[in-house]
Amino acid sequence: MAIESLAALTEAGKHEDLFDVIVRSDCVDRGVTPGESIAQMTALYGAIRRAQEGYDAGLRSHSGMVGGDGARMRAYASSGRTICGEYIGSVLAQALEMGESNACMKCIVAAPTAGSCGVLPAVLLPYQQREGLSDTEMVPAMYVAGAIGQVIAQKASIAGAAGGCQAEIGTASAMGAAALCYLAGGSAEAVCHAAAMAIKSLLGLVCDPIAGLVEVPCVKRNAAGAMIAMSSADLALAGIRSAVPPDEVIDAMREVGDKMDVSLRETGLGGMAATPFGQAVSEKMNSTEP
Amino acid sequence: MNLFDILGPVMVGPSSSHTAGAVRIGRMARRLLGEGTPQAAKITLSGSFAATGQGHGTDRALVAGLLGMQTDDARIPVSFAIAKECGMRCTFARKNLSGEHPNTAKLELTGKSGKSLSMIASSLGGGRIMVVEMNGLRVSFSGDLPTLIVQNRDQPGHVRDVSGVLAAGGVNIATLHLYRDYPGGSAVMIIETDKTVPEESLDTLRAIRGITGVTFVSAETGMMPVASPTKISES
Repeated sequence: MAIESLAALTEAGKHEDLFDVIVRSDCVDRGVTPGESIAQMTALYGAIRRAQEGYDAGLRSHSGMVGGDGARMRAYASSGRTICGEYIGSVLAQALEMGESNACMKCIVAAPTAGSCGVLPAVLLPYQQREGLSDTEMVPAMYVAGAIGQVIAQKASIAGAAGGCQAEIGTASAMGAAALCYLAGGSAEAVCHAAAMAIKSLLGLVCDPIAGLVEVPCVKRNAAGAMIAMSSADLALAGIRSAVPPDEVIDAMREVGDKMDVSLRETGLGGMAATPFGQAVSEKMNSTEP
Repeated sequence: MNLFDILGPVMVGPSSSHTAGAVRIGRMARRLLGEGTPQAAKITLSGSFAATGQGHGTDRALVAGLLGMQTDDARIPVSFAIAKECGMRCTFARKNLSGEHPNTAKLELTGKSGKSLSMIASSLGGGRIMVVEMNGLRVSFSGDLPTLIVQNRDQPGHVRDVSGVLAAGGVNIATLHLYRDYPGGSAVMIIETDKTVPEESLDTLRAIRGITGVTFVSAETGMMPVASPTKISES
């Protein structure tokens, strides 16, 4: 059966490694063997690696608003002049590259959605490289990320149309925070609090895509979501805990999503989409449609 | 949602609902037609599919699905050119299908044998889809599980026939839904099963009087041929 709450995940993680707990849960959930489950997750991680390699800085999205920024950030990251440092620069570049690949119809892995597909790779791939980890050693962190997403999907939502961008980038950031915290040796409790602190930081974020396209502001929000995932993981690893219990944080996320005006839930009517710039792009797109 | 609903699908962007879901809708229509790549496809985009479909590649994704591509096929962006090479004629229309989910398309296909199929399906998010109308009859199935579609005259005994044949074949029924246009008219059974329905069971069903069409859509391996492709009502 799927893990129902972060409290249940924390409890189970006191006695056993979270990886084992979540693999077993997946086996019951889908009627597969541990070997089949792990092989599928390993293949999925392989797809993320291929998506990383597939980035093409020369591509532009349908509207022309998106493309090339990942390469721009990557060049700047290695310039030695960055504010955040080279490592965080490479995280930001990875987030933008994956988001741009998605907007330009390249193959990506939705995590949890296509619009938020850049967050998890952005926190995992540079960490893997820095720590010299194999793909096999990264797979358990994918399980931890997935379980956090499952709990959020069950108690709140992972769809921008239902819960705003907090449900997409917010969830992706929580998944990334949990995965990093786990990889760095954090306890199950720390993992769940890392996720909760990420959600709290992105609570209320609206889904306001210009012309309804997964381009602006979606791509750059992947960079922001990755940064918050890293800061939340570090807070949790330092021993800092969310004052509000993690499950209550997810409940609040649902309540905020329910209260969010429909113009701010993936309809392309409010927020960035409603700015004069956003409306001009929308009108231009509509006039070019056959 | 299971773990791989959260992580995945592996897909060509930019949108799980407007791109990956659209590929799956096209694929489902191809499999329901059961004759490989259709000769002609009339595609009607509704709601958000009509409004933002071009920017999300929804049109190209639907055509890619009709060509049999999966959601991660790198050729999705150039599916129009491939359709042309394969001799599949595609026409597009935008029309609001009132009462339907915002992300909905209607696909009217003509196969090589002249067989036709009309299907309306919606993309529910995360790449998950729901077929809501088939050849004019309201239905509801996702294709997530192996699915048996039996078309029959609306008369007593056919549910017994079908459940009996499935039981004899050792196939457990997960869900069963019945639809019809009017008493004594055309009916359709949508049966989701826990495993593949054996070919012998399908043949047994096809031989039963009053059953006009038997289609099996496997969740894994594609689609088996339809023996008696009689159309159900076109309302």
